[in-house]
Amino acid sequence: MNEYSFLQNGDNALTVQFRQEISREVNFCVSSLAKALSENPIMGVVEIIPTFCSLTVCYDCTLISAKKLKLRIKRLISKMESNQSDFKKIHIIPVCYDDEFSLDMENVSNHTGLTKEEIISIHSGTDYLIYMLGFLPGFAYLGGMDERIAVPRLENPRTVIPAGSVGIGGSQTGIYPLASPGGWQLIGRTPIKPYDASRENPILYNAGEYIRFKRISKAEYDEIEKLVESGEYRHEVVEED
Amino acid sequence: MSFEILSAGPLSTVQDLGRFGVMKSGFSQNGAMDVFSMQCANRLVGNALGCAVVEMTMLGIKARFNDYAVIAFSGGDFSPEINGEKIEMNRAYEVSSGDVVECFAARDGARCYLAVSGGIDVPVVTGSRSTNLKCEFGGYKGRKLQKGDLISTGKYNIAPSDISKCRLPKQTFGNAFEVRAVLGPQDDMFTKSDIELFFSQEYEVTAESDRMGMKLFGEALKSKNGFDIISDGIVLGSVQVPASGQPIVLMSDHQTTGGYAKIATVISCDVSLLAQAKPKSRVRFKQISIEEAEKINKKQKKYFENKLIFG
Repeated sequence: MNEYSFLQNGDNALTVQFRQEISREVNFCVSSLAKALSENPIMGVVEIIPTFCSLTVCYDCTLISAKKLKLRIKRLISKMESNQSDFKKIHIIPVCYDDEFSLDMENVSNHTGLTKEEIISIHSGTDYLIYMLGFLPGFAYLGGMDERIAVPRLENPRTVIPAGSVGIGGSQTGIYPLASPGGWQLIGRTPIKPYDASRENPILYNAGEYIRFKRISKAEYDEIEKLVESGEYRHEVVEED
Repeated sequence: MSFEILSAGPLSTVQDLGRFGVMKSGFSQNGAMDVFSMQCANRLVGNALGCAVVEMTMLGIKARFNDYAVIAFSGGDFSPEINGEKIEMNRAYEVSSGDVVECFAARDGARCYLAVSGGIDVPVVTGSRSTNLKCEFGGYKGRKLQKGDLISTGKYNIAPSDISKCRLPKQTFGNAFEVRAVLGPQDDMFTKSDIELFFSQEYEVTAESDRMGMKLFGEALKSKNGFDIISDGIVLGSVQVPASGQPIVLMSDHQTTGGYAKIATVISCDVSLLAQAKPKSRVRFKQISIEEAEKINKKQKKYFENKLIFG
């Protein structure tokens, strides 16, 4: 399934557009191309923006023309394996679902008819595919949330949501990487920083990888928070075939 | 080496060429809005083209220098002065300890750049010294400049023999802009008559324009399939058309992804030009081919190669 087309974005960017749908299958093509581009760097390519079903390549047209870039990308795509591998890189994100952080748990419970325990067990029992990062540094658009815990966004969005908040908005779940206004229903908070500009890798994860939420107590939250502050915390990463 | 801000103007920030390689993680590019003028200012004082500068918006700063420095103003004409004496745009000057530099309201253009020998020295965050206002990092303490800020400058090794020779041609902007754009990426979402209208009508720059985008107003486009797409990548100069039918040209602080269809993309050197359009300025888009756009880009790059200032 390698149908794609090229869309020109002015003199410095080219978008490779795959089938226009939000699916694991199409997103796999995007992450495969991202991987192929990082393993086979093309002279003149400055950066890439992988999204749900397309990948934008930013380049310096004084070093490579659009015409030549298209040829190089065509060649890379033709060598890409169309079989989706089962390999998963999973980032384990500790989340405390205690009342202090789960400000909207009652809303979610009322809307879904599930108990708090059921909601937590469903939310933390899934591996979520990172379709893309955007909106804010490190904001991950996650796929795969169980529809049973889907809940509409708040009618009145909050003006400030603290960094690390974990919420549900419609059929999506995610983490606020930094304090920001927002309308998602908050069900917990992680003590780790998905985004930290002072870290060597400011963002913990990439598109195409997975996130799994792990329930922790308030005591564990406080302990991890201290380690994060002193720069000693490393989040767990699991690789599965 | 430093200078102190005596008055900051409404929006003065530290900017360089911006962040590269981090858009895949959701970081905005940031960087100078008018990259060309920022490079002119740097070239005049003998800096590398990508050194950090002060970008002023509509109204300039007043600053006192604590050490000897070579300075230059480029871009919009904010009537700069040294110790109350008028100086020229696009020309290098020497200042010494105690000298006061002052800029005023924009007489022409919307953004003026102050380059100081050695460059503005603030910490590099994710590869750049540019201010990210939305996320409050980079630049000077992640924010716009304020009265009392003490701005450090970097080491400066080149001592030009004759400062008075350090000049570049004067820039003028006026109130009517023609910017060149390449059709697409989502031109197929627009009707033929919408595309014709986009490239023929005169738009007005609205007051809601900022470092994220230039919001334009004209006769609304009416697309056949609506204007929403599955979110994809946004680049500098992307022209989004939301449901209002009024285009937004994405500028330095643009988000990395978005769900509005993009009718065209302003070519990189004309993004710099558009950054000088004040609210109420008039803007027309001229369609060019990708091959022409590439030629223009190459020519622009040569501009600085051919300007040997310290000859």
